[in-house]
Amino acid sequence: MQHEDAHRARRRTGPTEPLRPDTPEIIDAKSLCARHGNDPANLISILHDVQTQFGFVPEEVLPVIAAAINRSRAEVYGVVSFYHDFRMAPLPGPDVQVCLGEACRALGAAELFDDVQAACGGHARAVYCLGNCALSPAATVGGKLIGRATAERITMQSSKATS
Amino acid sequence: MSTIRIFVPQDSAAVSVGADDVAEAIAASATRLGRNIEIIRNGSRGLFWLEPLVEVEISGIRYAFGSVAADDVPGLFAAGFETGGAHPLSLGPTDAIPYLANQDRLTFARAGIADPLDLAAYQALGGLDGLKKALPLEAAALIAEVETSGLRGRGGAAFPAAIKWRTVAQQAADAKYVCCNADEGDSGTFADRLLIEADPLCLIEGMIIAGLATGASQGYVYIRSEYPAAEAKLIAAIEIMSRAGWLGDNVGGSGKAFHLHVRRGAGAYICGEESAMLESLEGKRGVVRAKPPIPAIAGLFGKPTLVHNVLSLAAIPYILAKGGAAYRDFGMGRSRGTQAFQLGGNIRRGGLVEKAFGVTIGDLINNFGGGTLTGRPFRTAQIGGPLGAYIDHSHLSLPMDYETLAQNGAMLGHGGIVVFDDSVDMAEMARLAFDFCVHESCGKCTPCRIGAVRGSETIAEIQAGRDVDNNLALVEDLCEVMTDGSLCAMGGLTPMPVRSAIRLFGEDFAPRRVTGT
Repeated sequence: MQHEDAHRARRRTGPTEPLRPDTPEIIDAKSLCARHGNDPANLISILHDVQTQFGFVPEEVLPVIAAAINRSRAEVYGVVSFYHDFRMAPLPGPDVQVCLGEACRALGAAELFDDVQAACGGHARAVYCLGNCALSPAATVGGKLIGRATAERITMQSSKATS
Repeated sequence: MSTIRIFVPQDSAAVSVGADDVAEAIAASATRLGRNIEIIRNGSRGLFWLEPLVEVEISGIRYAFGSVAADDVPGLFAAGFETGGAHPLSLGPTDAIPYLANQDRLTFARAGIADPLDLAAYQALGGLDGLKKALPLEAAALIAEVETSGLRGRGGAAFPAAIKWRTVAQQAADAKYVCCNADEGDSGTFADRLLIEADPLCLIEGMIIAGLATGASQGYVYIRSEYPAAEAKLIAAIEIMSRAGWLGDNVGGSGKAFHLHVRRGAGAYICGEESAMLESLEGKRGVVRAKPPIPAIAGLFGKPTLVHNVLSLAAIPYILAKGGAAYRDFGMGRSRGTQAFQLGGNIRRGGLVEKAFGVTIGDLINNFGGGTLTGRPFRTAQIGGPLGAYIDHSHLSLPMDYETLAQNGAMLGHGGIVVFDDSVDMAEMARLAFDFCVHESCGKCTPCRIGAVRGSETIAEIQAGRDVDNNLALVEDLCEVMTDGSLCAMGGLTPMPVRSAIRLFGEDFAPRRVTGT
């Protein structure tokens, strides 16, 4: 969380100098890569770990990862930008996902999504299928799966997650 | 007094409607009342509409209660539910619930019965029988058994499994792989998740047998990031199997090696396509590969690779334990064995129905599913995931088998059935099909990458009533280009839901004509 705060602060002041080699982000990213054997086949696992650590994938660690696994920065960025899970900025609030897959649409997920967006200030994300299609509509808040979701249950969980 | 065993599922779906709270409440009540109970967190039986489904074991028989909320727990104890007392939530013996009793549980025979990580319980329920039978056999004999079973790939493509196995087995290479595709992204499907959470040892057993038969000593399970509980169960199960000597350098003392690894996806539907999955396993963008070469010849890291869906591999232990012929005796035509049908969406009794091929669509939706949840009239169902066709009343009598569905312009896919009532707007669903493709296309093929965007825009034009006939012709033209010009099923099958919606529910695409203007 400290890293995330530091990043938020830096982002507020706009672009800055490149990170020094001994900043915590750089050191952590290097050791995460090492833990995965600096193997390019493990890039997605490395990125998951980086995101767990910082709350997002900081731009500054891309060249660090690239150097560690012997890939170009563009290749690493290409992977980060391809997968929906990875983000390069912190989430504005609790991670709220509402499923808009067909099974959830069959029970009013489109309206649910609008209600949730209105209730949580527009930072809910639309996803397609959380694997809970027999108990539609489905949502997650901070990774916790909610079946037979209603706007009330989602916002209640969301305020629990922030408090 | 002896310990009473109470089962509260730890399955994600059960937990999503409060199973953890129920387990806590039961433990708290039992402590307060001084009852001697043991709570077992089993997987789900797949009767999701009854979750949280609590079971009590009395004289060896399991009695079900559902759906139980945490608030119901004091009342259950007051009624003496743990010793057979009557309660309004009582459902009688679990095995006698018609939804379960009328199924053909082969692959899912153990689902929801025991703690998924209890290896002794697994073996007591027939687990490892298949592997023990397989260990002394030659690879050719294993493949022959799979061939006899008639098993076809359960991921959706329905390719005969034995042909893949034989192809991989015949390759001479310094490394071969077995890759399990657990990137179950189709809306309306949850069977892979249920199996991994309820019986992960079964999947591992199937993969070890596949490794023995093909000569692969390394296995990977590629599991979607939306399934963290399944991933955790699988990792724990691998640890248990390794410690017991069923995974590692000397599988069951046979001198043969099989190592299993888990890789988490990162939220890309396209990685359910086998070649995109292989790219992702190599740490790259999940961009589809052109075939040939097929993965069985040049797959993961360019080596011969057996790629299968979870359910194909989880069917293997039964096939080895009981014989391929026992499996083949279920089913119809060229669709042998059972299929895990998944009832979802607007349905009263949503859940998993493992049934021999040949069951009709109507039987599944009405007799098992009980019709719509809202109670409004049934209008359509989408079969086989977001790339599958919509059907109407006239299809309800069709038997579920690969060929029959194909002849009727539909497909079985991974077995998902999503039900809609008469409030559904099919133009909206057609637009969703294109929007989903926009969201998930890997971008390699132009008809998919750009066609999906144009498709969504054109359906929006039709919905607005602008130039409807010409725009419908344009959509049809676009569908043809996408079908013929895309490497994989993402672009190639997105037209299937669109065309079936237009064909069967044309009135939803003609707002101007309906109003006569």
